[in-house]
Amino acid sequence: MTDTGIGAPVRRKEDYRFVTGNGRYLDDMNRPGQCYAYFVRSPYAHASFTVDTSAASKMPGVQAVYTGADIAASGLGGLICGWTITQKNGEPHIAPPHPLLALDTVRHVGDTLAVVIADTYHGAKDAAEQVVVEYEALPAVTSVTEAVKKGAPQVHAEAPGNLCYDWEIGDKATTDAAFEKAAHVTRFEVVNNRVIPNAIEPRAALAEYDSGSDEITLYTTSQNPHVARLVISAFIQLAPENKLRVVAPDVGGGFGSKIFIYLEECVTAWAARNLKRPVKWTAERSESFMTDAHGRDHVSNVELALDGDGKFLGLRVSTLANMGAYLSTFASCVPTYLYATLMQGQYTTSAIYCEVKAVFTHTTPVDAVRGAGRPEATYVVERAVEEAARELKLDPAEIRRRNFIQADAFPYQTQVALLYDSGNYPGTLDKALDLIDYDGFAKRRESSESAGKLRGIGFSSYIEACGIAPSSVVGSLGAGVGLYESAQVRFNPTGNVIVYTGSHSHGQGHETTFAQLVSDRLGVPFDQIEIVHGDTAKIPFAMGTYGSRSLAVGGSAISKAIDKIIAKGKKIAAHTLEAAVEDIEFENGNFTVAGTDKQMDIASVAFSAYVPHNYPSDELEPGLDESAFYDPANFTFPFGTHVCEVEVDPETGETQIVRWAAADDFGNIVNPMIVEGQVHGGVAHGVGQALLEGCRFDDSGQLLTGSYMDYAMPRADTLPPMQIATQVTPCPHNPLGVKGCGEAGAIAAPAAVMNAITDAIGTRDLTMPATPEKVWRAIQSTR
Amino acid sequence: MYAFNYQRPTSLDAAVKAVAAAEDGKYLAGGMTLIPTMKQRLAQPSDLVDLGRVVELSGIRRDGDALVIGATTTHAEVAASEEVRSHIPALGHLADHIGDPAVRARGTLGGSIANADPAADYPAAVVGLGATVETNTRSIAADEFFTGLFETALGDDELVTAVRFPIPKRAGYAKFPNPASRYAVVGVMVSEGADGVRVAVTGAGPSVFRVAEMEQALAGNFSPAAVERISVPASGLNSDIHASDEYRAHLVTVMAKRAVAAAAG
Amino acid sequence: MSVNVSMTLNGKAVSVEAEPRTLLVSLLRDQLGLTGTHVGCDTSQCGACLVHVNGRAVKSCTMLAAQADGAEVKTIEGVARNGELHPMQEAFREHHGLQCGFCTPGMIMSALDLVNVNPDPSESEIRGWLEGNLCRCTGYQNIVKAIQAGARAMREGGKSS
Repeated sequence: MTDTGIGAPVRRKEDYRFVTGNGRYLDDMNRPGQCYAYFVRSPYAHASFTVDTSAASKMPGVQAVYTGADIAASGLGGLICGWTITQKNGEPHIAPPHPLLALDTVRHVGDTLAVVIADTYHGAKDAAEQVVVEYEALPAVTSVTEAVKKGAPQVHAEAPGNLCYDWEIGDKATTDAAFEKAAHVTRFEVVNNRVIPNAIEPRAALAEYDSGSDEITLYTTSQNPHVARLVISAFIQLAPENKLRVVAPDVGGGFGSKIFIYLEECVTAWAARNLKRPVKWTAERSESFMTDAHGRDHVSNVELALDGDGKFLGLRVSTLANMGAYLSTFASCVPTYLYATLMQGQYTTSAIYCEVKAVFTHTTPVDAVRGAGRPEATYVVERAVEEAARELKLDPAEIRRRNFIQADAFPYQTQVALLYDSGNYPGTLDKALDLIDYDGFAKRRESSESAGKLRGIGFSSYIEACGIAPSSVVGSLGAGVGLYESAQVRFNPTGNVIVYTGSHSHGQGHETTFAQLVSDRLGVPFDQIEIVHGDTAKIPFAMGTYGSRSLAVGGSAISKAIDKIIAKGKKIAAHTLEAAVEDIEFENGNFTVAGTDKQMDIASVAFSAYVPHNYPSDELEPGLDESAFYDPANFTFPFGTHVCEVEVDPETGETQIVRWAAADDFGNIVNPMIVEGQVHGGVAHGVGQALLEGCRFDDSGQLLTGSYMDYAMPRADTLPPMQIATQVTPCPHNPLGVKGCGEAGAIAAPAAVMNAITDAIGTRDLTMPATPEKVWRAIQSTR
Repeated sequence: MYAFNYQRPTSLDAAVKAVAAAEDGKYLAGGMTLIPTMKQRLAQPSDLVDLGRVVELSGIRRDGDALVIGATTTHAEVAASEEVRSHIPALGHLADHIGDPAVRARGTLGGSIANADPAADYPAAVVGLGATVETNTRSIAADEFFTGLFETALGDDELVTAVRFPIPKRAGYAKFPNPASRYAVVGVMVSEGADGVRVAVTGAGPSVFRVAEMEQALAGNFSPAAVERISVPASGLNSDIHASDEYRAHLVTVMAKRAVAAAAG
Repeated sequence: MSVNVSMTLNGKAVSVEAEPRTLLVSLLRDQLGLTGTHVGCDTSQCGACLVHVNGRAVKSCTMLAAQADGAEVKTIEGVARNGELHPMQEAFREHHGLQCGFCTPGMIMSALDLVNVNPDPSESEIRGWLEGNLCRCTGYQNIVKAIQAGARAMREGGKSS
């Protein structure tokens, strides 16, 4: 290992600009003559309306006021959901229309019905207040359990009973039979609370139109600019792809919320062309709370069947999943293929059945947030496992050990479609027990008790399916896109390298990790490698960043392109060194003729490639510039065990996390410093969901947690220092042996926290977020 | 934010005159509440009269058996003051736990109490320490100053100039912060001074209030045990997504106990 | 109506006209082009907008530009000298105290403010001090580590903010 190669904790290339204030985020950009967009949003969760823009149009500096009628008249299409779920009855899911601006009905607080474009930000906002909207309030429903009841307010006429789909996976008959012969059944309702993503950079868009070339350039806060361009071109039909450039510059965090195509960027781009002036929009945080796609929001009935020895015989889960008012871009696949397919967990449970009803409500659309489906699955499985252990008076580590899929059982076909490729689950459990000092827990509990505190410990042995995913598989399951990734590795004549990658970086550190990969494989100095991403005019068509896929899929694409570079380099070296291609070896940046001291370094090969004065033109093409697309053979399956220890103050119900241990297996690791940082962030995100973050609506559909005054975020004092270790079981099917690490913490953490608190207070009846009042009440109920 | 006129007087008199002359003038001190409110377009004053250059409104001084703190003294200045730390450490502790460091660097004592947010910390100090609020026209006893939700005894254009805190024999403050905003869900200031024991509660009700039963119990026995069985009725207390009235009532007892323990040192 | 705002900004005298309702952060970002100071919320909680005014960290989203008249203002752009990172900036880089970078300028300005009042802060003092700085990426652990290391480097190097 070199000090900048694979496995080295290389300090990040991107940091100099960020620590000096020279990052280039969207709102930092301005264009001469730009106007500002301000959107008019509904204060009602459900209402019909009429709108009068005449007064607003006459306000100073106002360039235009557009409504849904203007959009409809222009022929623009609406927002789409890119994944069609096939229901139990064979019918496709129901995807009601989602116009860019509402026409006559609003369906959630923050639903958008008009936009003002003015010369100044204040002017746009002032005029937006003069848009006269007459609302007729209609009854609203916000919870999934209410929305499926007879007589509930209906969100869309197209979706009777508010049902988007009714879907199932697994074998119901076999599972029912397993419950028949069970010695013990653990049953309970599991609620997975709705969370609001809250990247600290709000969404924004800046569009400009070049009337000479008829091209629109849209700068937007996106995790996947090519997907944005595809949707805006093919479905919104704003402009053909060749006349639309989408650029995602430095993006201040995504966590899923910036995957999706939102109306604001579409309307901003359309307005820029209409007005032939640049148009800029930046969300205020209150708009982010109302309109960034939310996450989670499941209610599940969970049953786990066990035999007399604590072996899992069957798992039966029935889930209601909240979709919100409209189907967001990938909303439909989250509670199905990213959720129910993970019900196997790390265990040999021999029969599994899961059914999911997706339900519309008068709330902000719900889609993927860090982990997306997998945190919900882990929460179901790991809460059930821990409860079963308590009911059977088994040690929580022991019950897991009795049920783990063993390390020699891979590849392992699960009961819920996935084929696990590799794993060693007892290994990460043992590591986690060591890190937390499990043997010392009883003593620590005693000392907490003598200080008047209740101490508890909770486990979460999670698995995730990442590196999303083989195109053939997702295509057969209803995805409207393929899920490969692309890369181009280009040598410049002077020997430095530019890598064009489809994987967008918004905190993950790709500029560093990918450069390490290239440096390690090609022997080019780290500092001479530039990573370019985020601009459809520069990078090949690509699917972007989500599902912990950047290194496993995007990195593998780079690796494939590197293979091609080496193969081409060998041809050039063979020609130059007058040897046979088969005799050329490549190592540490040098091409050598085997068994001789004849060699040529890669920089010389690159120079020769661009100054090909003596190339046999029919055999050897000039240039050293190779592209590759990588479509994975399978998902990757990172896993691990997290253990949380809490102290609860029984007087106030306050929970303090006092210890955290994480043993994760991400396969091979390119930059351990970055991986550790990803785990920290994921755990904090998951702890936020468990302790602090609960999106709340009142009965009329008002968002009660619409600012940081009411929506509690994890802060620096939420967590103690985490103890982290990794185990390496390489992924067998990608060239790097890597799996992905960005979501692990968020997937593992909630169950670990809730298992710890319920252990401390002695009752399982507690929902997330475990606020002090809820915990205090739960304690009262046990007394 | 709506447009407004901005004025920056350098004397108390000029400031009061400027607000009086304006159509709907407002004093601007640290702005930690007023500016966010205006950003949300929930207030539309015609004029803001910035007190930042009225130097006579700022500072901390000992005056006999009291500390007199100027209205525009920041929370950070109160928290860092040697006078405060040595004579009323509970007040310094309270100031040091308002908002966050950047808020404490701008937010002021006068601004906080004139706004009378039901979840602000300072009202508990003013009432719990039996302070006197000085204005440009008169002195107002703490018990008369806070009159309701965001309501005070201040007249139109009347300006808080300072608060006179009598130095107690001992005092303690305990706060249960809102997990999101860090305002007080419940905050209790307990003091024992020349005029007896005071227990003042902020955050729990529409306005700061005293708990007579606790005060009597502590007068006889200044210990946490004296208040641990005394509870306030839940009805009439604030109830929101962070804490029900019943839970707030419970927290009043717990925080009172902890405040007494802190005071007893 | 406009007001004149004259201040010392990152060591240089500047004088600009602004609408009274202009916030300090807008003056810095939109009128003076210093976009390192960010806006992450509208309720004064996230801390991405922290700058130093007369030596103390304040929320530039909750202060009128007019209130900074006559003040010394320092933004993240004024922390490095002659292209050389300040020890606190270097510590954030060295300890991976940032990911997406959006909260980072505010974190660094907050850290420098802390070291000014407490040159040798403990881990728990740092965690408490960051009450007004939100980060969604890092879980704070490496930020805390970076601030401890930055404070140490400043003590050893005799540096101030």
